This record gives sequence, structure tokens and C-alpha cells, in this order.
Amino acid sequence: MDTDQLIRTLAADNTQRERPVGFALMLALLAAAPVSLLMFFTELGVRPDVMTAMRNPFFDLKFAVTIALAASAIAVSLHLSRPEASLRGFGLWLLVPAGLLVAGISGEMMMPQRAPMMTRLVGNNSRACLISIPLMSLPMLAGALLGLRHGAPARPAVAGAIAGLVAAGLAATLYASHCTDDSPLFVATWYTLGTIVVAAIGALIGSKVLRY
Amino acid sequence: MREREDEWTGLMRSAISGDSTAYHRLLKAITPVLRATARRGLARAGQPIDQSEDIVQDILLAVHSKRHTWDANAPFAPWLFAIARNKLIDALRRRGKRVFVNIDDFAETLPGEAQEETASASEIATHLNTLPARQREVLQSIAVDNASIKDTAAKFSMSEGAVRVALHRGLANLTAKLRES
Repeated sequence: MDTDQLIRTLAADNTQRERPVGFALMLALLAAAPVSLLMFFTELGVRPDVMTAMRNPFFDLKFAVTIALAASAIAVSLHLSRPEASLRGFGLWLLVPAGLLVAGISGEMMMPQRAPMMTRLVGNNSRACLISIPLMSLPMLAGALLGLRHGAPARPAVAGAIAGLVAAGLAATLYASHCTDDSPLFVATWYTLGTIVVAAIGALIGSKVLRY
Repeated sequence: MREREDEWTGLMRSAISGDSTAYHRLLKAITPVLRATARRGLARAGQPIDQSEDIVQDILLAVHSKRHTWDANAPFAPWLFAIARNKLIDALRRRGKRVFVNIDDFAETLPGEAQEETASASEIATHLNTLPARQREVLQSIAVDNASIKDTAAKFSMSEGAVRVALHRGLANLTAKLRES
């Protein structure tokens, strides 16, 4: 087939049009979410004292952080799905969840505490946190990568890592409603470690599957 | 240069709102620029430039399958050159060389520089033979026999919708096979 023939064929196919990447990403995440929800409700479940916990601002802060992570990572991943886009400038969105955490830690420092700092940091659920967040992330990571395959990222590994942040942010939102450790120090340590694991897996798979 | 790129952007806007003639004109217009760039990239990497047509076709297929990632409010040229650069690096890497391609290589290309006849390329032809029969027949009818969707539908007693689907799947399959090769 010579190039003129190829061009003619591509022009004939102009009527068939793909949906935007954001649409594909949403569909894929919606398809993956029930799997993660099932994992959550069969293995973990919402903590029993959730009604009183909601009056604790540090419990609520966990959701602000995880939802901010998921939302900013979705925005960045959609930006990166364009071939000419780079992380420069746009990557600053990812500082929003980090900033919330820092504000939370400073806030907690200024309040009188019953438990010493290290106790709050280590908490009671560090191992559960470190395992649950990556595990519940996996279905959503698969969904995010599948959706982002509709894009054309210049750097597939970076795009894959951001897909990992999307998945980890969503999974951590679920996990936060189970976990009884509300200290921002705990969140900054263990949630972050779990998130890094997922981002690394995402980068590894993304470098293969997000090439176009 | 500036005018040329503005014209591309205008054509692409018409193309994505359904104007296939504008799309055809756009692809015709960008091809010589892509070809010159592919040749330069190959030459710089010490590779024979007779493989440039494979790279040009690879870029065109990527432009086609990823055109929904173009933002209609942004200029077309940076988007195009990003894809071209990606595909060129990919092609050179597959040929065993690690090469850095400067984005300015694209912008510098002068319009009249490459007005050669379009040559045949081997990669697409190879993959074409591995497609399901129906997709291959439809693709060949439109590409090689220069038949319209309507004529192709009549020839194979298919509906026009079915021809469009076969054409689209065939092109998507070709793109995927090129990516995996």
C-alpha cells in the first residue's frame, strides 16, 4: 500500500470517531470500582464508630487528602494523555494533597495530644494499611490504565505512575473509612508508602501498555 | 511557516467536525514534511533512508488513531510533531540505535523541500496480509482499487455501515500490529 492509498483510506475512515480520553477513563474506572468495593466490604468494612469519628476533623482530613489525590491525579493523567503535553507546570496539582497533609500535621502539632508522636505515627493498623491500599488499588489501576490507553502519552511510564496515583487515591478513600488511625502523621507515612507502591506498579505496567 | 501551520489547524478543525475532504487535504499536506523529517532522522542515525516511508505511514496511522487527543483550541503543529517525534524515536530504537530527536527539526522543515513521489512501504503490506479476510478485502478495495464506501458495500453485498466498521477495525488492527512489531 503506498502512502497516497493509505491517506485515502484514513480519510474514508474519518466518520468513525473516538470518544475523548476522559470519557474512556471514567467508564473504565466505573467498571473497576465494584471490584474494589467488593474487596472493601467483604474484607474490611466501614469502622463501627464512624458516626462519632466524623466529628473528628482529622478523620475528615483523611478524605480531603485522598480525594484531592485522586482528583488531581485524574486531572494530570488526562493532561498527560495528549502527545505534546509534559508534567511541567501541571504536575503542581499533585502538591494539593501533600499540602493538605502538611497543614494537617502542623494543625495536630499545635493541639495537646494524649499519645506521643511516634505512637501516633506507627498507629495500630500500619500493616493493614500498607497491604489494603495496594490490593484495593489493583482493579482501579487496571481500569485507569485501560482508560488511558485511549490517550497518547509522550512518556508512558510517567503516565502509568499517575494512573497509579489515581487508583491509590480512590482505594485510600475507601480504606480511610475503615482505619481507626486518624493522625495525619500516620496518613503521611503509611498511606504514602502504599501509594508509592501502586505508583511504581503503574509506572512499570504503563511503560508497556501506554505506548502508542 | 506560520501560515502553513495555521492552515493545518484550520483543516484539522474542519476534519474533526466531519469534513473528510479537509482531512484528506491535511494528510496530503503534512506528508512531505513528515517524510523529510523521517529521512533526516534516519540519515542522522546512520540508517538507510529508504525505510522512511514505513515511518511516514506509521506516523499517519498514529495521527489518525489518536486524533481525538488533539485539543481543537490548540495549534495543530505541536501536536503533530510530538506524535512524529515519538514514532521516529520508536522506529530508530527498533532499528537498534538510541537517538535523540530535536523538536526543532520539525519546525525548521521548509514546505517545498520534499515533493517526491510517494513510495510504497513494506511494513503495512506485511501486516495487511494477517488481517481477517473481510477487513483486508474492504481495506484493499478502498485503498488499492480506489472504491468508495458505497461501491465497496455493493461489491461485497454488505451494508455501508458494515463496510465502515470493517474499515475502522482493519485500520485499528493495523495500528496495533505496527505498535507490537
